[in-house]
Amino acid sequence: MGAAVTVSKTETISVRSGDDVVRVRQRVRALAIDIGFGLIDQTKIITAASELARNTLDYGGGGEVRAERVQAGTRKGLRLTFEDQGPGIADIEQAMTDHYTSGKGLGLGLGGAKRLSNEFHIESTPGVGTRVMIARWK
Amino acid sequence: MDRIPILKLGGTLIVTIQVDMHDRLALALEEDLTAMIARTGARGVLIEISALEIVDSFIGRMLVSIAAVSRVLDAETVLAGMRPAVAITLVELGLELAGIRTALNVERGMALLKARLPEDGAGHGSGRDGLED
Amino acid sequence: MRMDGAEVLKRTLTEDEAAILEAWYTSLREGTSLQSGRIREAELQTQAKAVFGQLRDGLSSGGVDADAESYTPLRENLADISRSRAVQGFTPTDTANFVFSLKEPIFEALQRKLAADASALAAGVWAAGKVLDRLGLLTMEVFLASREEVIGRQGQEIAELSTPVVRLWDGILALPLIGTLDSARTGVVMENLLQAIVDEEAEIAIIDITGVPTVDTLVAQHLLKTVAAARLMGADCIVSGIRPQIAQTMVHLGVELNVISKATLADAFALALRRTGRKVARQQAAEERR
Repeated sequence: MGAAVTVSKTETISVRSGDDVVRVRQRVRALAIDIGFGLIDQTKIITAASELARNTLDYGGGGEVRAERVQAGTRKGLRLTFEDQGPGIADIEQAMTDHYTSGKGLGLGLGGAKRLSNEFHIESTPGVGTRVMIARWK
Repeated sequence: MDRIPILKLGGTLIVTIQVDMHDRLALALEEDLTAMIARTGARGVLIEISALEIVDSFIGRMLVSIAAVSRVLDAETVLAGMRPAVAITLVELGLELAGIRTALNVERGMALLKARLPEDGAGHGSGRDGLED
Repeated sequence: MRMDGAEVLKRTLTEDEAAILEAWYTSLREGTSLQSGRIREAELQTQAKAVFGQLRDGLSSGGVDADAESYTPLRENLADISRSRAVQGFTPTDTANFVFSLKEPIFEALQRKLAADASALAAGVWAAGKVLDRLGLLTMEVFLASREEVIGRQGQEIAELSTPVVRLWDGILALPLIGTLDSARTGVVMENLLQAIVDEEAEIAIIDITGVPTVDTLVAQHLLKTVAAARLMGADCIVSGIRPQIAQTMVHLGVELNVISKATLADAFALALRRTGRKVARQQAAEERR
């Protein structure tokens, strides 16, 4: 991407409970609609956000989500960053190969979130925490 | 706390999920459904989700779990009314709702369940040809 | 030194406005914009005059930084002009020239007024170059982005036009795919089909790929995703129109289509009718029995 990315609106949502995951979905929906995403795009990013927020809660011990309205040239987009100070992920590559076996909770939803987004970036240090960023562009 | 209502129609239990569910509500639904299947001997469970805009892996697992538990209690589960956007997203997520039949709407879903039952009775044993499989 | 340049330029624009504008109009008039008939002289002059005024305003408080806050009205105006040029089918050169052709009149004016003051003349020329070059580039950027948007939209329309969903019978839909299946197109195709399934309350969707030239792993993936999504919604799919070569390619590539496939659309239709509990009977038989 050639043009520089500028941030025009930032919102931070704390994720400490199951109710917060619902709130993340609602806020992401509002932002997605505001940017003008179509229905499919909305659904994709809200679902990805739900997956990652749940990860932050279930595996990261809670954390926060930063939602940013971004612009690169004339393109508008939504960037979400999920951050926690949890145990971190030792083998990221392994974590990315998900297996949604029915009924069991294997797979961290990372692969899914990546497939649902235009951009995906993950940083994690065991014992320190994890940061996952996804973005969807219009 | 509000619980999602479960309707009984003959030998089928019908649940309509309309709200953006949080964890407690989802767990409560699973418990309530299980209890009711056992109590009524229902042979079919119809979960109607035409109002659900988002189905993530948590909800997906809940649905799969409900279907599995129901099967153990000798009931079939049908998921009806999934929205196109949700279907597309689930496929991209890679979530396989294994063991759940799907139907376009409640009418089709009920037809599907009826076709699998020997008769649309209360489910406590029909005494007719139902046991001759 | 820089502030001086902006000052010099601004003073020149103010004092020599009429002459500069006149020279600019002449240059624009001779350009191809007017000759192609895409825009009328009066409109062009109105745009030019507005831009001129905004340029002067920008210089007043923003110096020569065309990205500064004070230049926002000018940038937005140029963006609008640029976008409309793109949609109307102007060439990139014409669009950029709208800004660049202002340089010469300004240089001439500066020379007229500041022939005696070499350093002021240099500062003015430098300032004019810096600001107008930046604005010209911005105009081009918006133009290109708008063009890309138009092309994208046209691509979308083509995709939609070439994937009509046909209602073969009550509850049986057919989707004859023609052309290559890439990710963008598949998205549109999928949406159309799934929405049609809802609207028509279809039980079975037949995806015919007679018109798809090649089916490699990627195309197969797209197909399978579509089938999976339709299934989640409660509709069954049948793929038809698999040519012998395609069947071979798929086997060699190890592609497995996890869906019922039939050679022809007719076969698929017959199967769909059976599956939905219908039977086709010939009328003659009834008559012959008389």
